[in-house]
Amino acid sequence: MTQTAEAPVAPPPRADERIGRKSPLARMLARPEAGAIAGAIVIYIFFFIIAPPFRNASSFSSVLYVTSTYGLMATPVALLMIGGEFDLSAGVAVTSASLTASLFSYEFTTNAWVGVLVALAVALFIGFLNGWIVVKTGIPSFLVTLGTFFMLQGLNIALTQTITNQVSSPDIATLQGFNSARQVFSASWTIGGVNIRTSVVYWIVFVIIATWILLRTYIGNWIFSVGGNAPAARAVGVPVGRMKIGLFMAVGFMAWFTGMHTLFLFNTIQSGQGIGNEFVYIIAAVVGGCLLTGGYGSAVGAAIGALIFGMVNQGIVYAGWNPDWFQFFVGALLLGAILLNTYIRRRAEASI
Amino acid sequence: MSTPQETPAGKHHAPPVGNGRSGVPLVRLVNAGKRYGAVIALHDINMEVSAGEVTCVLGDNGAGKSTLIKIIAGLHEPSTGTYEVEGTPVHFSSPREALERGIATVYQDLAVVALMPVWRNFFLGNEVRKGPRIDIGAMKKMCKDELLAMGIDLRDVDQPIGTLSGGERQCVAISRAVHFGAKVLILDEPTAALGVKQSGVVLKYIVQARERGLGVIFITHNPHHAYPVGDRFLLLNRGASIGNYEKNQVTRDELTGLMAGGTELEQLSHELESAGGAVADLGRSMEADVEELGISQHPTATESDAR
Repeated sequence: MTQTAEAPVAPPPRADERIGRKSPLARMLARPEAGAIAGAIVIYIFFFIIAPPFRNASSFSSVLYVTSTYGLMATPVALLMIGGEFDLSAGVAVTSASLTASLFSYEFTTNAWVGVLVALAVALFIGFLNGWIVVKTGIPSFLVTLGTFFMLQGLNIALTQTITNQVSSPDIATLQGFNSARQVFSASWTIGGVNIRTSVVYWIVFVIIATWILLRTYIGNWIFSVGGNAPAARAVGVPVGRMKIGLFMAVGFMAWFTGMHTLFLFNTIQSGQGIGNEFVYIIAAVVGGCLLTGGYGSAVGAAIGALIFGMVNQGIVYAGWNPDWFQFFVGALLLGAILLNTYIRRRAEASI
Repeated sequence: MSTPQETPAGKHHAPPVGNGRSGVPLVRLVNAGKRYGAVIALHDINMEVSAGEVTCVLGDNGAGKSTLIKIIAGLHEPSTGTYEVEGTPVHFSSPREALERGIATVYQDLAVVALMPVWRNFFLGNEVRKGPRIDIGAMKKMCKDELLAMGIDLRDVDQPIGTLSGGERQCVAISRAVHFGAKVLILDEPTAALGVKQSGVVLKYIVQARERGLGVIFITHNPHHAYPVGDRFLLLNRGASIGNYEKNQVTRDELTGLMAGGTELEQLSHELESAGGAVADLGRSMEADVEELGISQHPTATESDAR
């Protein structure tokens, strides 16, 4: 940058006296995921103490597995929330993707991979449709995706019933390409007696990619701006509509990916499953520090939010409690996280 | 993203089109008007701004200032009359096109994304890229330097811009437009929500932008802010021009009087007087003010008529 030579004052390399020294702790607390990290540690210690089986590496691997199945979806849902929108259809879209792949390849006796690709197209289309309606009409995404949520749920159940006369999809384990698809989407290895599923690896990779996009690319800059102040973003030339549609399609993509994982793990899919998961994704994102109104949050936070969810989910089982208490805990967690986040954000903003 | 973003390299500090006044105005409206269906929002407006010049557009609420901004910024095309940039007629269909011709608008309220750091706001939409990646170090440094060049010494370009004062935010938005090669700055009521001191700071940057050879269109309803920095003054009322002056053709009091809408004030004072009681007292004191300001009629007929 040779042109900057015209700046009359060379910025002296001194520390600005107006910035008070920030302790590393205060810096960490100013991050969006701070509350989630604190919560995860507390919950880990809690179950570590009261549930002896929770201490085993193998049970922690199953915590990680449960976490990954939610965490995969929580990642794009967090990006979408940072971009200022919601997707209530995210939970059933996963099932729609698995059903599409399974029914298509089974009914037309194609290679399993054909079904996989058709499902990808369908999932991306669902995302596109959600985004397009939201952008074109300006109707809140809460309402639009509430509508598509019910439509997809109905389609899942009714179409499966019509095609197979059953409430679940047929077993596709005998189809050509099934094994290779399972290797890709639902493999697992045993390392030192601990079972590790690929979905955990994929989850971590996607979280890293999402974090990189958010913080290190212009796309990330645009996502924050679209959720933070859409008119301002539009005024400087950010394609707000396309960004939002793109984010909805990212949710669609991950619904496809998660759906393929489930399908090739179990061979068959219940047409009614997935309902309620959309709230889990949103809770993970919010617990992870995403602002409900958009413009603030992190993918790492959503991952930790999913981890908290996974720990409670499995911890209750290991502690030998009645699993009926699970939902109560999830609700309490959400409330607690929101209170903690609000408190931390206020403190962080005050200390700037 | 089908619109390829121009990398900011090479756009920095586009050389001023001329030192001081060159012959051709940067932006010029001739008999421009705008209708929204049956509503005539703007009627027969003439204005211009040249490099190194500040043109102030004054008017009360609903006078047509926003419509005028929207025309110049490329959001709307004028329904009648012509819009010229550097002497050639233009037909902008989006703000982006206006921006590419160097016409940048700094809006009063939608200038920044409050939760994002200062430097991210500064480069929003014009990020310094290496492939899809952004060069964070370079952007932070350029942002800090550019702000310093405008005389803004920020504590930390990493703080959310929402933590800055209103005046500082306006200044960041203005220096951003200057940095990205604006030749003409449209400032929409930059001092409207500010206190006295902060308004002073913003006015200082307006002068600084003029010194750097930019043409500035300063929209305001405050003649006390407009008069010290302006070279030309366009007064709007109810969508029409009620005066177009150069600085030596008008005094600040005349400007104030025109803004207050002399005849309308007079009328209002009569109405109030006829209401009786305390309201009538108000009316009488208002009438006295009107007489004192000498604004019961339009000031001397120095209206510079359309060129």
